Amino acid sequence: MKAQNIFNRIIIFYKDGFRQMTIGWTLWAIVLIKLFIMFAILKVFFFPNFLNSKGKTEQEKAAYVREQMIENEVKNDNR
Amino acid sequence: MELLNTSLVEWSRAQFALTAAYHWLFVPLTLGLGLIMCIFETIYVKTGKEEWKRATKFWMTIFGINFAIGVATGLILEFEFGTNWSNYSWLVGDIFGAPLAIEGILAFFMEATFLSLMFFGWKKLSRGGHLAATWLTVIGATISAFWILTANAWMQFPAGAHLVAETQRMEMTNFWDVLSPVAVNKFFHTVVSSWVLGAVFVLGISSWFLLKKRNVEFALKSIKIGSIVGLVAIVLTILTGHTSAREVAAKQPMKLAAMEGLYDGKTNAKLVGFGILNPSKKYDNTEDPFIFKIDVPIPGFLSWIATYDSNTFIPGINDVIKGGHKQLLDGTDALSFAEKRERGLAANEALQKINILYNQKDTIAAQALWNEQVQAGNTQYFGYSHIEQEKDMIPNVPLVFYAFHIMVILGMLFAALFIVALIMKDRLKKAKWMQIIALICLPLAFVCSQMGWVVTEVGRFPWAIHEVLPLNAAVSKLATGSVVTTFFVFLVLFTALLIAELTIMLKQIRKGPQEN
Repeated sequence: MKAQNIFNRIIIFYKDGFRQMTIGWTLWAIVLIKLFIMFAILKVFFFPNFLNSKGKTEQEKAAYVREQMIENEVKNDNR
Repeated sequence: MELLNTSLVEWSRAQFALTAAYHWLFVPLTLGLGLIMCIFETIYVKTGKEEWKRATKFWMTIFGINFAIGVATGLILEFEFGTNWSNYSWLVGDIFGAPLAIEGILAFFMEATFLSLMFFGWKKLSRGGHLAATWLTVIGATISAFWILTANAWMQFPAGAHLVAETQRMEMTNFWDVLSPVAVNKFFHTVVSSWVLGAVFVLGISSWFLLKKRNVEFALKSIKIGSIVGLVAIVLTILTGHTSAREVAAKQPMKLAAMEGLYDGKTNAKLVGFGILNPSKKYDNTEDPFIFKIDVPIPGFLSWIATYDSNTFIPGINDVIKGGHKQLLDGTDALSFAEKRERGLAANEALQKINILYNQKDTIAAQALWNEQVQAGNTQYFGYSHIEQEKDMIPNVPLVFYAFHIMVILGMLFAALFIVALIMKDRLKKAKWMQIIALICLPLAFVCSQMGWVVTEVGRFPWAIHEVLPLNAAVSKLATGSVVTTFFVFLVLFTALLIAELTIMLKQIRKGPQEN
């Protein structure tokens, strides 16, 4: 019963807090739009995990990185 | 079109730098303004005067805007690790896992919990309870910074870990070694310099109110608190800057040489106050590095800063390449680039054989061969096998030199600003010149903070992880075009966020502290 009261009080605390927000609504909108762009667009379409395309298991990924460490073809040609 | 022909490594670096630089506009203001906001509320709780509550709420709103716009922008850096810097990401996974997990679980949830109590709890919590929530929000943000900065410091000085051939991961051998003096100094220097930024921010905004001749009492109170915090913070910044410089001298001598434009090492080395570098100077010619320079008029000051002994030899860029000097780290003779590369190539050749053995499932023979290389002391120079020429060891000297000196000069300017503000007290409301200077200092505080990171990050070139993994081996083999695309996507996204921040913040500042 006591636990339920605390739960209710937390809900009411947040409900009142959100209701009384003024500038907070704009900020929440920006946060949500930003998170959508980051996780639904950037992460999905532009930032896949590169090593996942090189191996499925940890051993395969380790082997790929080992190959890279042995002979790296990417050279910094702008020095 | 020459810009678009720049290499994959350079575009990947540019993209990371862009993201980190934008992210770092928000973080120091959160840390700095957060502390000042806490002090305002503490005074309110102590005195019970409503004017302090109004002031607290005003700065808290500005803090909230900055926090909301900046939150999660750092996650993009983690996206880039996995996509653009996959070799690096794989190598450091074991090391970064622990600090970043602690950061995520403890600090982030702490921040998130107490942030809502802070903003929603004014009428629901007792004064003391609300004050505790405010302090814990800022402490949570600072703890977050601690773990991120520990991870960054480890890249500058990778202690407490060794490279395992089979997994190709740096595996942690001692957690406490990861929390090295480099990490501790970096944390304190970064946090206290963020307090300086917060203080300059408060002085700048408050001076705007004075210029507009409104909310004068609030502005004067804010300037007083900001100046006291700023002065204490700038002293701490100088002290931690000094101890950080000692760490750099011992562990990253090339970075220190670049910071000072020092090509040939010296005993009794002087600290350069400011100078103009000679653009024709190369490491392998005999031209003077400077067109003009002003040294700090204390004999052997750079040597003293590095070791507390003004007679110490400070290696220059050419000494780091040629070796032979006594290393400040442990007093041993420094190896030349050629010797380090030879050892790195030996380790790399062994890894080629080891790779074949692993492919043949002969892990015992592979491990034995790697252990031989560890015993021979070759594996610690493995990274040098990816650096072909000695000139590739040298960071962008002008960028590091100017960034370092601009940072120091601006720091001195801010110290003077705080002192003058404290001396002038109420006379500030009529001193338009001082109000204008304080307002001009506001963007300069962000420039100063960015310059610090330029020194740290550009100065450690060519390493992603110092002496273990150079940038050209750390980068993923992506199409350069895709990196260019995401660079401009981020440029647009972050610029939009910055415009949003400035627009909302300026609107709120114009409103000023509210009665209710």
